Amino acid sequence: MGLDRHLPTRRELLAGSGALFAWSQMPRIARAEGRDPRLLVVILRGALDGLGAVAPVGDPDWISLRGDRALLLDGKPPALPLDSFFALNPAMPNLHRLYKSGKAAIVHATATPYRERSHFDGQDVLESGFTRPGATASGWLNRALLAMESGGSVDPRGSRALGIGSVTPLVVRGSAPVMTWVPQKLLPASQDTQNRLLDLYQHTDPKLATVLQARMKLASLGGAPATGDPMSDDPTLMPPGAARVRAYFTEAAGTAARYLAKPDGPRVGAMGFVGWDTHIAEGAASGQLYNLLGALDGAFAAIESNMGDVWHETVVAVVTEFGRTARINGTQGTDHGTGTVAFLIGGGLAGGRVIADWPGLKPAQLLEDRDLKPTTDLRAVLKGLLRDHLRVEEKVLAETVFPGSIEIKPMGGLVG
Amino acid sequence: MLALHRFGMGPRPGSIAAMGTDPRGALIAELDRPLVLTAAASLPTSAKAFRTVADANARRTARVKQAQQQARKQMAAAAPAMSEDQAQAQGQDKDAAEMAAKQAAEAVPDPGRPMYLQEAKLRTEAALVADIGFAERLVWFWSNHFCVSANKIQSMSGAYEREAVRANTLGRFVDLLLAVEGHPAMLFYLDNLESMGANSIAGINRSRGLNENIAREIMELHTLGVRTGYTQDDVISFANVMTGWTLVPPGDNPEHGGEFTFNPRLHEPGGQTVLGKRYEQEDAEQGRAVLRDLAAHPATATHVATKLARHFVADEPPPGLIAQMAKTFRDTEGDLKQVAIAMVSSDDAWRGPRSKLKRPGEWGVGMVRATGITTVDPDRFTGGQALLGEALWRPSAPKGYPDDEASWIDGVGRRLDIANNFAERITGMADPQIIIEDVFASEIAPEVKQAVGRAESRQQALALLFMSADFQRR
Repeated sequence: MGLDRHLPTRRELLAGSGALFAWSQMPRIARAEGRDPRLLVVILRGALDGLGAVAPVGDPDWISLRGDRALLLDGKPPALPLDSFFALNPAMPNLHRLYKSGKAAIVHATATPYRERSHFDGQDVLESGFTRPGATASGWLNRALLAMESGGSVDPRGSRALGIGSVTPLVVRGSAPVMTWVPQKLLPASQDTQNRLLDLYQHTDPKLATVLQARMKLASLGGAPATGDPMSDDPTLMPPGAARVRAYFTEAAGTAARYLAKPDGPRVGAMGFVGWDTHIAEGAASGQLYNLLGALDGAFAAIESNMGDVWHETVVAVVTEFGRTARINGTQGTDHGTGTVAFLIGGGLAGGRVIADWPGLKPAQLLEDRDLKPTTDLRAVLKGLLRDHLRVEEKVLAETVFPGSIEIKPMGGLVG
Repeated sequence: MLALHRFGMGPRPGSIAAMGTDPRGALIAELDRPLVLTAAASLPTSAKAFRTVADANARRTARVKQAQQQARKQMAAAAPAMSEDQAQAQGQDKDAAEMAAKQAAEAVPDPGRPMYLQEAKLRTEAALVADIGFAERLVWFWSNHFCVSANKIQSMSGAYEREAVRANTLGRFVDLLLAVEGHPAMLFYLDNLESMGANSIAGINRSRGLNENIAREIMELHTLGVRTGYTQDDVISFANVMTGWTLVPPGDNPEHGGEFTFNPRLHEPGGQTVLGKRYEQEDAEQGRAVLRDLAAHPATATHVATKLARHFVADEPPPGLIAQMAKTFRDTEGDLKQVAIAMVSSDDAWRGPRSKLKRPGEWGVGMVRATGITTVDPDRFTGGQALLGEALWRPSAPKGYPDDEASWIDGVGRRLDIANNFAERITGMADPQIIIEDVFASEIAPEVKQAVGRAESRQQALALLFMSADFQRR
């Protein structure tokens, strides 16, 4: 069936960190102005519920929209105040700290140009940078690197990109060489995958359902296993719960940061985290989403600490293919939607604010009376970062990096 | 589709076409093809593998001794100039010698592990490329029925399967039995190298005697079945019969060692009575005669038919099916191909629901087959099998791995980790919709199609597909 042909080519597989030392002669992306910027893109696959992550607690319709699932400043646990209008999910104290010190910004009510609701197509648009799915096999980050090479502003031999995961994210795929690193830990199947499988078993195989349910119950009890190292790679020694997800996020993001921090390492990288498709029992304040956001918050801390001295030259963009329904569905979750949030963190950021042209939450203000209406094109944010942080020319951004985006002006002032 | 799951290795691209309109005929036709692993021509024979490991072990022992001696000499020379604290000096001396020994040992790695992995790769890939995989399933069945353990004899474990099991899987049971019980790997595994007749020359000279292990396991597990009427006296007599069945010791000659041999000096002299019959032969013919009679015993026919039906059809197989297969076994003097044909020809073998839970190895191969991938990293694949409790060629006891749902169902949660991980690795190469439409010809529960269609990512879609009951049951 020749499936192997579709394997990404032109990438270097690192068996372990030792292979990095082979690069000691590799020139860096050196900029005439003496900056050496790093950009890491994190894709949250499955569509993050932006309202569950960053709640518009100041919106008069917020409580009526989400009912007892609404994050509140006096909730249990209380949401973390960002400004007079927005509050952050309590699972993210690191992000809150970064925000308060001006090293994080949040873009709300944002979306790519994609307006359907298929994950695969949505991720394709998000990562390819094109306006429609299936248009190309390369990603906007890779094309941005190429543009920088041909512009002569960087040494082409130094334009190395990093992909984390056994499958290189599309956003970084393309003709500029990519090195990849595969986390050593076995990522457990997400809570969402387990829920779906349980639902499937309940309809098709009660015996298997009973077994899976018992395992999920065990995992939900949490805590460290009786024996063995909780950070162990051996999944039999670790409950398949939140702790393992957190360990995986931390290892993957922390490793990406270590590579990007090296003087002779890559300067841009991309990675994906799965599990955000919270159709059933979303659990924003405690549960699935809370645990995932907590794991992501741990990843932020790992990036900050592993970037070390170059943290001040770092920007991390955390994006998702689309948002989720504004209202809670019939199974205490949310379905596929449109507008959502993007997190920007890094020492190089001019943060400390929520960037939003708030559309409101009244039925008529929602998109199709169901989704948070997108008012900020995510491409404007990304173009702003590429222009002001990596110094990619505006013309190139409009023509090859995000083709057909001439109308979407890069957002200024994101980088300090 | 039922034929592929129940009797084969699961669907792969091209399987549906290979089945045609006559699944029974296709299964039977597969048994007419040769079962040789052509790629195995370059692999060492079991004897050669055994010698290679024995040789490495000998070299390692020598290097360790040498290193220890040298370390001691150096320490002795340096001792007067060093610390006055005698105890401490001695401790350092010991540490240094241990360190040197460890380094010397590591300088000669065990060649058994790479051999095991290479054998595992070939047998797994044979299962990946087979159109249906009925014949490979039979190889796996008989390999487990006549299991040895790589924990005890890693070097030979793969070659044993090829030489003794695969070569006789579609032949007569008696030939299979003679091949496995006379194979050095089995004789080693079931301790027959240690066994000697109390009145044999070696037994008298070394004041040692019988080990009943192989005699008991042949009757209990390999042929008659437990509680079928043999007595402790039968076990002892049969153990005496088997004394002298051993292997050529390696080391004397680089071209020989590790092959089967009959050593008369270990053999209990005189005739023996097993199951009421007197065997007066003086050499290995005595054992062969007992094995031939055990193979022809009616209890063996029933035992084998029951195990086969349980493996393929149901944990509690229909009695009519067992009776039919046992009758074929008896009527054809144990022609295993005819027994397999009798099984798939019986309506009883097709009627029941897909209630069997695939064993981990089978399920893993099924997953890879569905994607059309035909090569495996044996380290990863055997690692996954081990994680799921079915480490290849490493059962914990001579009984082999069990075949019932109760033994495996609690491992389903762990399968999810493996499926999720595999799905992540192949997500760029395999399309779940194409697997459902082309490989499964859409013969899959609508709930599964829906779950796959609604998945948040291709990885999740693949994991749900691999974990579905349609994928795990047969």
